[in-house]
Amino acid sequence: MADQRIEPILVERASPTAHAIGAPVAVAIPEARRPSRLGRLLEQEHVLAGVLLAPTLVILALFIAYPFLLGIWLAVTDKVVGRPGAFVGLHNFQVNLADSIFLRAFQNTFVYTFIATILKLMIGMLAALLLNHHFRFKRVVRASMLLPWIVPTVLSTLAWQWMFDATFSVFNWVLLHAGLISQRILWLGDGTMAMGCLIAVNVWRGMPFFAITLLAGLQTVNPDLHEAAEIDGANAWQRFWRVTFPLIKPIMLVVVLFSMIATFADFQLIYVLTRGGPYSSTHVFGTYAYEIAMRAAKLGQGASISLFLFPFLLVVIMFQLWYIRRSD
Amino acid sequence: MAVRYGGPLKRAATFHVPLAILVGVTLFPFYWMVITSIRPDTELYNVQSNPFFTLHPTIKHFLDLFELTMFARWAWNTLFIATMSTGISLFCGLLAGYALARLQFRWAAPLGTLIFVTYLVPPTLLFIPLGDVVQTFGLADTPWAVILTYPTFLIPFCTWLLLGYFKTIPREIEECARIDGASRLQAMVRISFPLAVPGILSAGIFAFTLSWNEFLYALVFLSSPQQKTIPIGVFTELVRGDVFYWGPLMAGALLGSIPVALVYSFFVEHYVTALTGAVKG
Repeated sequence: MADQRIEPILVERASPTAHAIGAPVAVAIPEARRPSRLGRLLEQEHVLAGVLLAPTLVILALFIAYPFLLGIWLAVTDKVVGRPGAFVGLHNFQVNLADSIFLRAFQNTFVYTFIATILKLMIGMLAALLLNHHFRFKRVVRASMLLPWIVPTVLSTLAWQWMFDATFSVFNWVLLHAGLISQRILWLGDGTMAMGCLIAVNVWRGMPFFAITLLAGLQTVNPDLHEAAEIDGANAWQRFWRVTFPLIKPIMLVVVLFSMIATFADFQLIYVLTRGGPYSSTHVFGTYAYEIAMRAAKLGQGASISLFLFPFLLVVIMFQLWYIRRSD
Repeated sequence: MAVRYGGPLKRAATFHVPLAILVGVTLFPFYWMVITSIRPDTELYNVQSNPFFTLHPTIKHFLDLFELTMFARWAWNTLFIATMSTGISLFCGLLAGYALARLQFRWAAPLGTLIFVTYLVPPTLLFIPLGDVVQTFGLADTPWAVILTYPTFLIPFCTWLLLGYFKTIPREIEECARIDGASRLQAMVRISFPLAVPGILSAGIFAFTLSWNEFLYALVFLSSPQQKTIPIGVFTELVRGDVFYWGPLMAGALLGSIPVALVYSFFVEHYVTALTGAVKG
């Protein structure tokens, strides 16, 4: 290494986007006089790219591509824990479609996804519009707003479960003492009510994601446009609908798609709050697949339930890819 | 945005009141964790007592948590797992993000799309076959079962975020270094990587919170009590059948939330950058 020529060059250290200005910092770049064989090989961009991408591709191949294919194979076998499965064709899917709990889970998954996503979008939009004002403690409020999204969902859902407790629910305590009800409400006592609670907790947890990303979108809207619209006599609603909305529509769409995928494939919130009960009335694809595969040990059957997530995911992903291509 | 108001009353109705409700609803469950964790059992399980505060705060639930469960062990496991999987994901994501943003090669576009697609694949779709894979590799019930599987959703995210970040760093800086004699690899490691530190930090914070919070893989792959992470341990060891130990449960929920909330509070801006960067692409 002694024959290396050390030569300082100037590099900007400021923000990566700042081109010309910024405090110049000297960085020493040693230059090897005779690059090794390996060094010469890595000078070729496609070789270097292969090396850099290798770790990622190995992990994704081992833990995503292979399990995905294995999942499809499992879904057409009668594999149970502890013994190899035999090919049974589409038998598992036929069993699912004749299973009333599965059909309920099917319906629940869509109800849960669509209602929760719409509510998250509406409340998140309102929250973003509120946070877009100037006020004291704005940074603190914005930071605390994200807390439901930051903390482990399991742990916050346990707090919700305690708040929905059959006997000691705080909501019941308040309603009873306010004289609004005379009997305790069993929040998680029947399917419809429990679905409502699940959606409420999901909205509580996911709304901050909408609020903060939509706020980022709102901050890119040029205030001059609003002033111009106001001078032209547009009221607040018209200014939102005709000026703000079209400008933040792209980011809104992406946020909605992301959230839909996550909500559609949700597991933990439902599993913790109701475990699919009462009487298996609040299962979704994720929890029912877990129930069948892990608790009933029917891996093949469970894998076939998980696979029902796939067509919907595919549609959303294709749409998203198409949308990215179009906006590029 | 310039917003004007009629008067203080209108501003209260359209701004202060909705904002207060929003913040109140957002934070109430956390207040509930705190108050439940310090109320004695005699008050917790008494429908007559006012549930909103206590005159007899106690630390008994916290002591129970550490005595009856392996909470300290779970906290260590969670920290170890989150740190390792974040490290692996940042390493892979940094290299892959750089390659996709900067290097000219035939497969750049389809590989970018492929990694984006894996980013959208949810754990719920894969956990059953993945359990089989983990078993085959002899990783079941060891921390490596999750350390190696969390990167499946962390690497695509880190790659995607850093790819976007590298695109904002002007190529010319690297080209200058190349003209001055730096090799391709040196230009990458000495010039571009240091400039990407803010992006790396954002991706790291986000990845860390995601792995701290993960539930499904940990639930399926880790079964013995001493291997569990906080979310799994609190959920499985403090709920026995229909019996919920609410005091220790809420104490555990609180202690499990604090580290990640602390990390977040120190890096709010980086976290928000990651969050918004994640969806912009």
